[in-house]
Amino acid sequence: MLGFKSNLIILMVSRVVSPFIMLFALYVIFHGHYSPGGGFQGGTMMAASLLLMRLAAGREIAQFQFKTILGTPLGSIGVLIYFGTGFAAMLSGGEFLNYSFLPFAGLTAAELRSIGILMVEIGVGLAVMAILVAIYDDLLEGYPHD
Amino acid sequence: MKIINWILLISFGALLVYASSGLPNRGDVDAVMHREKSPAGSPGASSYYIRNADKDANTPNMVTVILADYRGYDTLGEETVILTAGLICFLILRRKKES
Repeated sequence: MLGFKSNLIILMVSRVVSPFIMLFALYVIFHGHYSPGGGFQGGTMMAASLLLMRLAAGREIAQFQFKTILGTPLGSIGVLIYFGTGFAAMLSGGEFLNYSFLPFAGLTAAELRSIGILMVEIGVGLAVMAILVAIYDDLLEGYPHD
Repeated sequence: MKIINWILLISFGALLVYASSGLPNRGDVDAVMHREKSPAGSPGASSYYIRNADKDANTPNMVTVILADYRGYDTLGEETVILTAGLICFLILRRKKES
């Protein structure tokens, strides 16, 4: 990286702060039903915690946290979760993305739609997190390794 | 050339400020988009969302219901756009192993 120099204080503070940012990102994703938030915001904060470790510790050490090669596949899996939720509703007799037809027994239509929204938000958060980290790694690809 | 840019910029900004004076006030009950029926007489979407979002999806946050349930296709498209941006960065920027 450009003039990268490891700094012990920055590294230690980032190692402490990064899991808490991750926890808050999960809160934002899963509490999106009741408060402002959702997949996009939570995924961005999750990516921020991963990028903090990449900035503080350098790319090589940050590979232990999130491997570069995982970025694009996880993004595709996020989109597939979203698409699969809609497709599961279509296979059980409803329209595409009509969550009240999801194949979970014993729930009312409103509860099924609530669960469908949660699944969709998880897919969006996963995709946004993976793609942002992948874009960062791709932009750094040209620089010599530190 | 630079002065023309500035003139264009300032005139466009003045146009935007002038246009924004015609917008309805926030929370104006009589504004067209806040009415229950559109000028053509068809029922408006917003009042339906406000009345039925909690009932339909068992979720108190109306914005989440609109974003992920009523407008699910739109969010699917947004996510596809993000994935496309990531794939394009991957294809353009990542080096091959040999070089």
